[in-house]
Amino acid sequence: MNALSVQGLTKTYGNGVQALKGIDLAVEEGDFFALLGPNGAGKTTLIGIVTSLVRKTGGRASIFGHDVDRELEAAKSCIGVVPQEINFNQFESPETIVINQAGFYGIPRPLARVRAQLYLKQLQLWDKRKHASRALSGGMKRRLMIARALMHEPRLLILDEPTAGVDIEVRRSMWEFLRQINQSGTTIILTTHYLEEAETLCRNIAIIDHGRIIERDRMSNLLRKLHTETFVLTLRNPLPQAPPLSGYSVKLVEEHTLEIGVSTEQNLNDLFARLSGLGIEVISMRNKVNRLEEIFIRLVEKGAAA
Amino acid sequence: MSTVVERAPPRPLALGRARWIGFKTILIREFHRIVRIWPQTILPSAVTATLYLVIFGSVIGRRIGTMEGFAYMVYIAPGLIMQAVIINSYNNVVSSFYGAKFGRHIEELLVSPLPSWIIVSGYVAGGVMRGAMVGLVVSGVWMFFTRLPVLHPTIIVAAAVLTSVTFSLGGFLNAMFAKSFDQISIIPTFVLTPLIYFGGVFYSINTLPVWARHLSLVDPILYMVNSFRFGFLGVSDVGVWVAFAIMAAAVAILFAAAVLLLDRSSGIRE
Repeated sequence: MNALSVQGLTKTYGNGVQALKGIDLAVEEGDFFALLGPNGAGKTTLIGIVTSLVRKTGGRASIFGHDVDRELEAAKSCIGVVPQEINFNQFESPETIVINQAGFYGIPRPLARVRAQLYLKQLQLWDKRKHASRALSGGMKRRLMIARALMHEPRLLILDEPTAGVDIEVRRSMWEFLRQINQSGTTIILTTHYLEEAETLCRNIAIIDHGRIIERDRMSNLLRKLHTETFVLTLRNPLPQAPPLSGYSVKLVEEHTLEIGVSTEQNLNDLFARLSGLGIEVISMRNKVNRLEEIFIRLVEKGAAA
Repeated sequence: MSTVVERAPPRPLALGRARWIGFKTILIREFHRIVRIWPQTILPSAVTATLYLVIFGSVIGRRIGTMEGFAYMVYIAPGLIMQAVIINSYNNVVSSFYGAKFGRHIEELLVSPLPSWIIVSGYVAGGVMRGAMVGLVVSGVWMFFTRLPVLHPTIIVAAAVLTSVTFSLGGFLNAMFAKSFDQISIIPTFVLTPLIYFGGVFYSINTLPVWARHLSLVDPILYMVNSFRFGFLGVSDVGVWVAFAIMAAAVAILFAAAVLLLDRSSGIRE
């Protein structure tokens, strides 16, 4: 069964902006799905329609088979949403916020208290449960919204840029937590601008731009479509100029740093053999940008040119 | 972050029970809000009631003498209690709902499976709760200084509840349309207050010239105040059952409008 299914979804705002121009998308139950796109592409509008915060202009959407036009209550009860913007009452405590949210989904208060303890502890907010939530740090506020979204144990969790503004250590622990949530059976749809995050976590991906889906594939298939990767090499000894490496695109960024483009037809063994032959000693190597980012930029630029 | 516990497969919620829990949750949240900011919600009406008591009841009231056979202080007491109920019911819903809109935490309710009529009912119940809390405080202040008869307790409760529901719904509609904090204070200041003052709180309309008496009859608050006063004193400028019919109609119309607007999400969803 599809966790999410949308067909021909369109949205035109009151000011005439056409945010969605006929989206077709299906997300399978149990998937960890990335929905990517540049700012203003239509990601948040799509999520808004699915969660009923935005009214669609046309098309259909269903959650686990519940049509949002005909079975809205059933559809909503399947979804937990972590929005992009902070949207809890900042005068209330984290404990009150999550317990109330459970109540809005019909969870009895004694059970809500048990779950509040479980999720606030898992998201490292238990010590802050009685504090005014406005006093929480940015990362804590984001984690609170995740805890809140999990209180009714939704089958589909939608995360709209959940790690925006969160430091790398907390971000990585949130990744691990989300991976475990997904493994326990919850379907997750993630939008993010951190493409490393999408590449690390998600099995399937859709890229949306100017209100249309421009790519929809398995993550592994999409990454295979990358024909050239750019590597940054740090050298032990300085070079006066870029070395002659025919067949490779080579750029000397500064005297200890080389940027080399390697296509999928070439291999790194050959490259390193030739560098050794030139007496160049490499002490470290990394991707210039992550692979998904490279594909993403190309697809979006191609879309803009078209 | 710690390990996620394996979860049992989801069970379908019993719809009626889920809605009842949702309604109670809104009400509990409103109760905590009222208590948390009691200097803004409860205290001002108690202070105002005391001031009215001193000025109108004691200083001016002695010169006025009696009205409809009652000491002036006794005559105006039900109207002033009702005034507190009206203002607090309205203000509670308008400020709470608009605050939720402004702070975007209304989205917590909008994404939940609760139907619009439960959300409206929850906020209205919160308004009635504050109206009742303040009404009891103001009644307590007046009862302390005057001997206010209570002839028809059922009519008192029914009139207070219907009035409170009406103005809670009014506050809800105001909050739905409001786009700024200014717009939630305009109606109480420029509409509610004049309607209350011309609604027979301080006088019987029988003391007015005929044209003013007829004009007063279009003020809905006149019916609310008089039915409430009838419950205490047994006197009213209008037919009590006419008053209840008007209040019931107002509740039905405003509730339908509030649910319809929330369903269409005017001013909330894009």
